[in-house]
Amino acid sequence: MRYESPQTVEAAAALLAGEEGLARVLAGGTDLLVQMRSGMVEPDLIVDVKNIPSMTSIVEENGGYRIGAAVPSAEMNEHKGLCALWPGVMEGADLIGSTQVQGRATMIGNLCNCGPAADSVPGMVAANAIATIVGPNGRRDVPVIDIPVAPGKSTLTKGELVESVFLPARPKRAGDAYLRFIPRTEMDIAVVGVGVSLELDGDGVCTHARVGLGAVAIKVLLVEDAAKALIGTKVDDAALEKVAAATSAACKPIDDKRGTIEFRTKVAGVLATRAAKIALERANARASNGGEK
Amino acid sequence: MSGIHVSTKINGDAVEYVCDVEETLLDVLRDKLGMTGSKEGCASGDCGACSVTVDGRLTCSCLMLGAEAQGREIGTIEGIAKGTELHPVQQKILDNAALQCGVCTPGFVVAAKALLEKKPDPTETEVRYWLAGNLCRCTGYDKIIRAVMDAAAEMRGN
Repeated sequence: MRYESPQTVEAAAALLAGEEGLARVLAGGTDLLVQMRSGMVEPDLIVDVKNIPSMTSIVEENGGYRIGAAVPSAEMNEHKGLCALWPGVMEGADLIGSTQVQGRATMIGNLCNCGPAADSVPGMVAANAIATIVGPNGRRDVPVIDIPVAPGKSTLTKGELVESVFLPARPKRAGDAYLRFIPRTEMDIAVVGVGVSLELDGDGVCTHARVGLGAVAIKVLLVEDAAKALIGTKVDDAALEKVAAATSAACKPIDDKRGTIEFRTKVAGVLATRAAKIALERANARASNGGEK
Repeated sequence: MSGIHVSTKINGDAVEYVCDVEETLLDVLRDKLGMTGSKEGCASGDCGACSVTVDGRLTCSCLMLGAEAQGREIGTIEGIAKGTELHPVQQKILDNAALQCGVCTPGFVVAAKALLEKKPDPTETEVRYWLAGNLCRCTGYDKIIRAVMDAAAEMRGN
């Protein structure tokens, strides 16, 4: 087993591309070290990306924020501008693990581990976050929704790694929220998770919406029918009823010890309506604050 | 399996060691440096008994490679008392009898101290959420929470 700690993302990609055996990126390590310890993976090469400046910083860009792939959740959640602009994305990341895990775990690690119940992913999908991938053929930008394929499987090819994720600027009257169901109050894996992002015009009519849905399929889903049910409405009860129905209809869950198919399908709809209401409140609060909060 | 040479700071002192890639920081602290205050409870980041700070941020030392400590500043339970003078969190844990077997205690002390440095006046709920990643199988938590609240009050001068 080799350990490398390159200073640039290009050097990291070259190391990953040149390794004949199994190579793994080490950002927070909260998944990788547990997998190594339990014998699930035995990498030949570990590439620690925490000494790469573009992967460890949060930078304002065109009114949005570019977050390095090795930035831990605790650091994101201490960033006032980020929490004001995308509170739903931040609260999803903030639900992952304990305070200790928060100090290391990254949103991009959560994404690239490709767990269907990854708490930070539905919020990023709702935000239409764009990941910047670097590999042997250079850089490419990919919507977060297109990265996971199945548990542990992503669309990244050999030698590629995510350098950063971009959360765009948004109009004044915009808000987002993430809610999950777990059977206890903390430290658990989502049985269902829903992220909703909304934009409204001056009359309070929804002009743009995205709904991300986790833990009810082989990967996190984008629920376009739920977004359609919101757009053109004032996010009233009639619209929310349609959102619930569309979200439940998108579920393709499994039965397991954490929830049945029937339960997950029902709860997905309920959480979608609740998350939409919170997103709406936040949009209105932010607009009355002049777009600051 | 070649050794990796690491230069780091632990509790303010410059420290150098050679470790294997797969050795965690916890393995290095306990087995190479003889700093056995940090405990291995689960080795999977669930129990918090191995809590340390890395550049001031609370972390499980079992979820970090020894190699990752290069150039960082590590804080462990051994650095918390000043000689024989206990930190208020340690003293209040004693005063409240907030430990039985003691295996979880170093992790609780490191985690609670990190909280009080960030938030000197936490609510009980905030203390409970902050410490949700520190498991104790003896005390039922209540005495620990009371000890942290008492320590917070003392540190604020109340």
